[in-house]
Amino acid sequence: MTEPLLVIRDLETHFDTRQGTVKAVNGVSLEVSRGEVLGLVGESGSGKSITGFSILGLLDPPGRIASGSIRFKGEELVGASQERMRRLRGKDIAMIFQDPMMTLNPVLRIDTQIIEAIQVHDKVSHKAAHARAAEALRRVGIPSPEERLKAYPHQFSGGMRQRVAIAIALLHSPALVIADEPTTALDVTIQAQIIHEMQKLCAESGTALIWITHDLAVIDSMGDRVAVMYAGRIVETGAVRDVIAAPAHPYTRGLIDSVPSRNHRGQRLAQIPGMAPSPLNLPQGCAFNPRCTFADAACQVVPDETDLDNERNGRRVRCFHPIRLAQETVS
Amino acid sequence: MLVFIIRRLLQSMLVLLAVSIVVFVGLYAVGDPVDILLPDDANQSERQAAIRSLGLDKPLITQYGIFLGKAVQGDLGTSFVFNIPSIELILSRMPATLELALCAMVIAVLIGIPLGLWAGLKPGSAADEVITTGSILGFSLPGFWQGLMLIMIFSVWLGWLPSNGRGTTGTIFGIETSFATWDGLRHLLLPAINLALFKLAMMIRLTRAGVRETMPLDFVKFARAKGVSEPRIVLVHVLKNILVPIVTVIGMELGSLIAFSTVTETIFAWPGMGKLIIDSINKLDRPVVVAYLLVVTMMFILINLVVDLLYATLDPRVRLKGVSE
Amino acid sequence: MSAVPANPTAPEPEKRWRMLWREFAENRRAVAALVVCGLLLAAALLSPLIAPQNPYDLTVIDMFDSRMPPGSVNPDGFHYWLGTDGQGRDMLSAMLYGLRLSLMVGVVSGVLAIAFGVSLGLVAAYWGGFVDALIMRVVDFMLGFPTIMVALILLAVLGQGVDKVIFALVMVQWAYFARAVRGTALIERGKEYVDAAVSLGFSRPRIVFGHILPNCLPPIIVIGTMQIAHAISTEATLSFLGLGLPITEPSLGLLIANGFAYLLSGQYWISVYPGLLLLVTIFSINVVGDRLRDVLNPRLQK
Repeated sequence: MTEPLLVIRDLETHFDTRQGTVKAVNGVSLEVSRGEVLGLVGESGSGKSITGFSILGLLDPPGRIASGSIRFKGEELVGASQERMRRLRGKDIAMIFQDPMMTLNPVLRIDTQIIEAIQVHDKVSHKAAHARAAEALRRVGIPSPEERLKAYPHQFSGGMRQRVAIAIALLHSPALVIADEPTTALDVTIQAQIIHEMQKLCAESGTALIWITHDLAVIDSMGDRVAVMYAGRIVETGAVRDVIAAPAHPYTRGLIDSVPSRNHRGQRLAQIPGMAPSPLNLPQGCAFNPRCTFADAACQVVPDETDLDNERNGRRVRCFHPIRLAQETVS
Repeated sequence: MLVFIIRRLLQSMLVLLAVSIVVFVGLYAVGDPVDILLPDDANQSERQAAIRSLGLDKPLITQYGIFLGKAVQGDLGTSFVFNIPSIELILSRMPATLELALCAMVIAVLIGIPLGLWAGLKPGSAADEVITTGSILGFSLPGFWQGLMLIMIFSVWLGWLPSNGRGTTGTIFGIETSFATWDGLRHLLLPAINLALFKLAMMIRLTRAGVRETMPLDFVKFARAKGVSEPRIVLVHVLKNILVPIVTVIGMELGSLIAFSTVTETIFAWPGMGKLIIDSINKLDRPVVVAYLLVVTMMFILINLVVDLLYATLDPRVRLKGVSE
Repeated sequence: MSAVPANPTAPEPEKRWRMLWREFAENRRAVAALVVCGLLLAAALLSPLIAPQNPYDLTVIDMFDSRMPPGSVNPDGFHYWLGTDGQGRDMLSAMLYGLRLSLMVGVVSGVLAIAFGVSLGLVAAYWGGFVDALIMRVVDFMLGFPTIMVALILLAVLGQGVDKVIFALVMVQWAYFARAVRGTALIERGKEYVDAAVSLGFSRPRIVFGHILPNCLPPIIVIGTMQIAHAISTEATLSFLGLGLPITEPSLGLLIANGFAYLLSGQYWISVYPGLLLLVTIFSINVVGDRLRDVLNPRLQK
C-alpha cells in the first residue's frame, strides 16, 4: 500500500516568547491522500493556521518546529534545506491566504506577480509565461484577462483578488493546496462561488486540499474528511458526514450545536460555556476540561487519540468520554 | 496631470509672495546696512548719498513695491557688498552647493539603504544593534562639530585630505564641477561626508523601519509560498514598497541638505550659497538674503512637485489631486 | 449608562506605566542612556556648586593660563583637568556652565513648543473646518522649510540673546507637535467613547483635555524627547555660526566655535571636549527617545 500524499506525525510547533514557550501545535498527526479535501477546523488560536504554515516551512520567528515529522510524497520536510523548501513551495504545495486584500503586493502589477511565480519554477520565456498567466486568470473566471494582467491589485475587488491568488496557487498544478480561511474575508455570495470554483479546479487536476476554517458549515459542503483542532491538538477526525452526524468529542458537539442554521427558531443558540484557554496557560490534561460538561478526574491527564470502536474509515477521537450516539440508535 | 501641475505652480506663487513679504519686512527691522558699508570716517552728506542711492530713504511699502516690481522682471536687487545683481551672485554660487548636496545624498542613499535593509532583516541581531546604535549616533552628532573632527582627523592628524575650499574644478558637459579633477574630488570628499552623515543615519532608520513593517505582511509570505527566492522578495517585493517613503524623504531632504550646507560650507570654506548667506546675514546684505530665500523657496517648491509626481509612478494607489476627479 | 465607558482592554493607568517601564528597561542601552541623562541633568543643575571655577568671574581668570593642555597645573596649584580655553578659562568649568545653558534652552524651548503646538493641534482637530485648514496650512508651511534655515532667518531678524534663541526654537518646533497631536486626536475623536462623552453632555474642554489629550500622550512624549535633543543641537549650531547666544553666555556650541581657530594648530581640547559633552548629551536623549518610540508604538507591538 502506498503512503498517503502527506503524513504528519506528532508535530510540535513552538513559539518562544517573553512570557514562555507557546506550544501552538502540540502533537498533531494527520494524513491527506491524493485528491482528498481535508477540513481543518478550529477556533482562532487553535493552531490550525500554524499547522498549515509548518507544512510549508513558512513560520515567522520566533516560531519553530520543535519536533515531529512531516512527510510529503515520502520526503521528510522537517529539517529540509531552505532551498529545497523554496523549490517545493508553489510547485508541489501551494497556499492561499485569508485576506485577499493583503496577499497581493500592492505596488506590483498582477502580471509581474503571476509571471514571477511561473518563472521561479519553470524556465520559460517571458512571452510564454505571459500567455500562461492570461490562461490562469481565465481558468478562475476573470473576464478579459489580457487587460486585467496590466492592472494593480487595488483595481480588483476582494473576490477578484482571491481568484487571482487561487490562479497563482494552481499555476503549477500542485499536488496539495493549503487554503487558510480563504473565504472568511469575503461576502457570503462570493464565498459560495469561490468554494465551488476551488472544488471544481482541484477535482480537475487531482489536487489535494487542506481547507483551514473555523466554519464547520463550509466543510460540510465540500470536505471529504475533517480534523477538529482545539488548543494545539486534534481532538477528532473522521469522514465529514460521520463527524457532523455524530460528533464524538464534546468540543465538536459544541461547535456543531452553535451553528445557527442547526438550531430551531426561537430556541436559545447553544454556546460552548467559558472561553478558549490562553495558549500560555493551558489547563492540565485535556485542554477542554474546564468547559466540558462530561469532565471528571480522568480528564486531568491528556487523553490519547483512539479509534472509535464502532466506526471504520479512520474515525479517531481524543477523549475519555466520547459521546456515543450509537448507544441511542442501536437499542 | 497638467491641471495638477498648474494648480501647484499657482499655489507656489502665493507661497513665494508670502515668503518675500515676511523676509522683506523682517529684514527691514534689522540694523542699518549703511553703517557697515561706509567707512567709519564718512560724513553726514556721504551717508545721505549712500542712503538715497540704496533707496533706503523711501517708506517700507514703497521699497517693497519697487522690489516686487523688479522681482517679477527677474531683478532681485544688487548686492550692497559685491555690487553685482544678487540673483547673479546666487546663481554663480549655486553649482557648488548643488554638487555638494547631491554628492552627500548619493553617499547617504548608497550606504544607508543597504545598511537599513541589513538591520531590518535581522532585528535584534548584533549587526542590527551596531547599525541602529550607529544611526542614533549619526543623528546625534552636531554637524558643525563633526565637521571639525573630520578636519582634525583627516586633515590635521593624518594629512590625507584638504580641509577647505573647492580645489581645482573642471568642466563636464559645460558645467563647472569638482567631479572633473582629482584635486576637486579630494576637496569634495570631506564636506560631502560631513553633510551626508545625518542623512545616512536617517536613511538607515527609514529603511529599517520600513523593512520591519513590511516583512510580516501577508504578501511577503504569499511571495514565499509561491517559491520566490529571498533576494527577490527583499529587492523587489519589500524594497519597492518602502521606496515610496524613501523617495519622499530623499526629495524633502535634498532641500534640507541645501539649507544645512550653510554649516558645512562655513566650516570647510566651500564657496557655495550657504556660505554666501551666512556672510550676507553678518554683513546685512539685504538684497542677497532676500534673493537667496526666494531662490531656495523656489527650489523647495520644485523639489516637492517632482516628489509628488514620482509618488504616482511608484505607488499605483496614489492618485494626484485634481487628476482623478 | 452612568459613566463614560472605559476602554475595556486598557489596564489601570498605574499598571500600564509600570508595564511600559518594564518593557523600556529590557533594553540595557536605553537604561544606561537614561542614567546618563540623569547625571548630566544633575551636573547641569549643580554646576555652580561642583565646577572648580566660576567661568564668568573675570577676577579668577588669568590670561596667562590661556590654552593650557589638559592636566596642566598653574603656578597657584590649580588643576586644569581638561585644559583651558583661549581666555584662560578652566574648560571643565566652562563646559559645566555651558551644559547648564544648553539643557536649559533645549528643555524650555521644548516645553513651550509642546504647549503651543499641542494646543493648536487640539484646536485644529476638535474645531475642524476653517480653523483646522488655517492651522494646518501654517504647519505645512513651517514643516516645508528646514529648521536651521527658519531659525537662521529669525535670529538674523531678532538678534542675539537667550530669549530670542528660545523663541526661534519654539517657532521651528511647534509644528511637529501640532501635526502629530491633530492626527492622533482626529483618530480618537472618531472613537465611540468620545461620542459617549458628548452624549452625556460633557463640555468641550473637558472632552478635549480629559479624554482626547491623554491618548495623544505617546506621540507627544516621543516627539518631545527627540525635539529637545534637536533643539540642543540646533542651538549649538546657531551659536557656532555666531547667531545664537551672545559671547558673554557661552553655551557648548560657542565653546566649540571658540576652539575652532586653535584646532588647526593642534590645540584640540578646546573644541573636542565640549563637543564630546554635547554629543553624549544629544546621543543619550536620542537613545531614550528611540526606545520610547519602540515601546509606545502600537504598530510594532507583538
